Amino acid sequence: MSDAASVSGHSTNKAGRFVYVSGVVLLCAWVLIPLYLLLVNTLSSPEAVNSFPKSFLPGFDLGSLEFFAGFSGMLVALKNSIIVAAITMVLSILIGAPAGYALSRFEFRGKEVFRLLILLTRAFPLPLLALPLAVLFIRTGLDDTAFGLALVHTTLAVPFAVLITFSLFSGIPLELEEAAWTLGCTRLTAFTKVVLPLILPGITASAIFAFVISWNEVFAAAVLTIENRTLTAFLLQTLSESPLHLKFAGGFILVVPALVFIFAVRKYLFAMWGIANR
Amino acid sequence: MNARVLPYVLIAPVTLFLCVFFLYPFFLVAQQAFTTGNGFTMDNFREVVSYWKFPISLRNTFLLALAVVPVQLALSLLMATMVNNMKRGRDLVLYVWTIPLGISDLAAGIIWLAIFEQSGFLNSMLYGLGVVDQPASFLSYQNMTVVFIAIMLAEIWRATAIMLVIIVAGIGLIPKEYYEAAEVFGASPWKRFVKITLPLLRPSLQTALILRVVLAFEVFAVVAALGGSIFPVLMEQIYENQFNLQNGGTAAALALIVLAISISFTLVILRALRVPKGATI
Amino acid sequence: MSFKTKLAGAMTGVAVLTSAVAVQAEVLFWSTQARPAEEAQAMRVEVLGGFGPGVDYQPNEAGPWLTRFKAEIEAGSGSIGVLGSLHGDFSSLDADTLMDLDGLGVMSSSETFNNLAKLGTDSMQYVPWMQASYIMAANKEALQYLPEGANIDALSYDELIQWTANVHEAVGQPKFGFPAGPKGLKHRFFQGYLYPSYTNGVVRTFASPEAVTAWEKFKELWAHTNPASTNYNFLQEQLLSGDAWIVFDHTSRLAQAFNERPDDFVAFPAPAGPTGRGFMPVLAGVAIPETAPDKDAAMALVKYLLKPETQLATLRATSFFPVVDVDLPDDLPPAVRAAGDAVAKMSASPDANPGLLPAGLGSKGGDFNRVFVDTFERIVLAGQPIDRVLADQKRALAKIMDDTGAPCWAPDAPSDGACPVE
Repeated sequence: MSDAASVSGHSTNKAGRFVYVSGVVLLCAWVLIPLYLLLVNTLSSPEAVNSFPKSFLPGFDLGSLEFFAGFSGMLVALKNSIIVAAITMVLSILIGAPAGYALSRFEFRGKEVFRLLILLTRAFPLPLLALPLAVLFIRTGLDDTAFGLALVHTTLAVPFAVLITFSLFSGIPLELEEAAWTLGCTRLTAFTKVVLPLILPGITASAIFAFVISWNEVFAAAVLTIENRTLTAFLLQTLSESPLHLKFAGGFILVVPALVFIFAVRKYLFAMWGIANR
Repeated sequence: MNARVLPYVLIAPVTLFLCVFFLYPFFLVAQQAFTTGNGFTMDNFREVVSYWKFPISLRNTFLLALAVVPVQLALSLLMATMVNNMKRGRDLVLYVWTIPLGISDLAAGIIWLAIFEQSGFLNSMLYGLGVVDQPASFLSYQNMTVVFIAIMLAEIWRATAIMLVIIVAGIGLIPKEYYEAAEVFGASPWKRFVKITLPLLRPSLQTALILRVVLAFEVFAVVAALGGSIFPVLMEQIYENQFNLQNGGTAAALALIVLAISISFTLVILRALRVPKGATI
Repeated sequence: MSFKTKLAGAMTGVAVLTSAVAVQAEVLFWSTQARPAEEAQAMRVEVLGGFGPGVDYQPNEAGPWLTRFKAEIEAGSGSIGVLGSLHGDFSSLDADTLMDLDGLGVMSSSETFNNLAKLGTDSMQYVPWMQASYIMAANKEALQYLPEGANIDALSYDELIQWTANVHEAVGQPKFGFPAGPKGLKHRFFQGYLYPSYTNGVVRTFASPEAVTAWEKFKELWAHTNPASTNYNFLQEQLLSGDAWIVFDHTSRLAQAFNERPDDFVAFPAPAGPTGRGFMPVLAGVAIPETAPDKDAAMALVKYLLKPETQLATLRATSFFPVVDVDLPDDLPPAVRAAGDAVAKMSASPDANPGLLPAGLGSKGGDFNRVFVDTFERIVLAGQPIDRVLADQKRALAKIMDDTGAPCWAPDAPSDGACPVE
């Protein structure tokens, strides 16, 4: 389906085009307006945050942000957050994608059980698991390391990686791979040359999920890191009771890095070599 | 490598990983649900189920999932087709639509509370437009419908992007020839969507739905921010048992109940949207 | 495969790198208090900056706080040096997991607090660290509606209800604010204020005829309460935003309002009922877990925290008052002055009826609070008949008292054995 232009008749075309564009604009506004309001509150003075009726324009008061600039430990925590998120991303794709491929290509005994196991991990609240995990970590020396925390975050992110790659591999015709085999590729080279480029969007989506899951996770981070606190554990613990203007500013600071990351990888979400446009 | 062994080799790393970091702690916690100090018992389950707030939180959790997930599914399908048809600026539009992904549920709660609270943005707007002469109290136990709608909007805003990203990644794999052929035969856009997009998107739809439904049963932070203490949900009861009442047994029992609900829904979705082994041309 | 091995190698490298930093001599102070960003910062800089060996002050929500502590105990080794939390949190812990602190030579100047800190054992399990209370506060706008002849420093519940009704009528909106949100301390109002003021008890009198009156009165007050109160956790926010004009809350949960706009608000004592002016303290303590890595340093930190200078710095940072005898200087922050005055007036009032913190409930402290919260939600929010709800909840309360065998505490008359629900 190429464009609304394909609909026959000039007037329907124009009307369709109008509905289409206004739909896009409306949906963008729906997403952006709440975020804009967060920005307004972040950039307002404490008095303005508490005033009524509220102004819909920011006051460009940087006081709240400056407070966090002087908040000790922020930069170290930011670094820790990025390290943990990066390890989580690599780990979850590295161990998740092969499993996604196996699920889509093979019938094997225990497949259903395996799928349920994958889902179980998302259907059980992490704060309950944190206690036995913390005991395990303290005993094995993984406690208070970025790597240890990344392991826990990977448990949260890996179901996304497995299931997303599974659904994408399932969308790629088996014949495509088989054709490559007959052309002299081994299973591995057929995979890397033919299939892998096609599921780049899926890998990207998995990476995004892994990053934001790790970035926003607070409970395990609060329990399992001390010297190496992540930014979320460091800030979010204090935010819910902070005065409003700091609450908004802190929330804003937490949102920005995740947005930068999604922005950086956004274009890989699209199939670059769609099966048809050879 | 042998095709009989290969799948097991491929799933070995993740299985091993989950055994250590999920199954091991999971069994320790699950065990607590069946003990109160002396041997096997179902007392914990009886206790949590007979608590007066249990039916209310169960109902609230279901209602919310029922109200939110279908809307999100429709919305994400709409957004995905829109963005897929776009010629220019599509990665920018998609970026905007995925922004809520990066926002934690706690932060989302803060943002939406700032909108709906009495001296919040919504009242400021209504007041400025002269619709109300003094700020209305939206989030009160006297009009639960409004509270429910507020929570619904916030959840739709926050979590639609999860489905959108999965569906966008999947929609790109549908061969363009199918659409071109359909156009030649004069199929309307709606017909093309129903006859081509939906069936071929089944794997991604399944994944998106399962993940979203599972997460919907664990909804908590946004509900706590907007619903306060008048809209109890299951997850809130779990935290209450674990941390306020410090009863690991009853908390684990509740968590197992949520788990059972999630699994049964997952099985239903799996049956309804069965995925064939590899698509065929 | 070689790529994977390389990557695994790189990852271990990262792990080693990141863990190598963790060589520490600082004492880890694992606390549930002073969580707000500004207070945490003030604790680190103003209060703990003067402690020689250095302190890593980590404020946490109760969930992670407890989970981490339990994990360290279970693992048999840990990094927490000093625990800081409320009396209620400590009393739910197993006393064997905390060091006996009798030998330390520091304690609070209140015999009552020191006894509470024994947690039912023979020796101090934690050291009282700081105290606070719950008070009332109002926007000065509301003062013009005070009922005729009412003295704001000696209000009765009836006068309070009349006052909130006057405000309601005058501005067209209910302006009483009550901390009924998920994190709000509503249960303390019932346990320490409403019940003692109407029934001169908490447990014994839970379902008494006087208790029925108390709940009827509270329902009257609720009619003039902002219905969004079920979202309110820290009333300073609603004072500042103007959503509430007259409020009840923990002194440190009102502090922000007084510090930001000291001229706009007044603090005053809680109201009195037929059996006096009930009120209750908040007590925070510091303890040392048996698994502390450096017990000497931890003990030194506890001693440091109890020094008069440190207690004063803590007061400035957190609005929590000292537990040792200290002369308060004149240049305290506005919130501290306002709260201090209100508490002093409350305790000095002729009809004062001070209550104690629940003691002896062990891990059932949460269940005890839940009895009161449930009673509130059923009577006030769900509109169920008072006597039926009280009869129902009475059984839950009696079971908790029987299971724990906790004796009565003030203002309930003393009991032999478990405190009976009459």
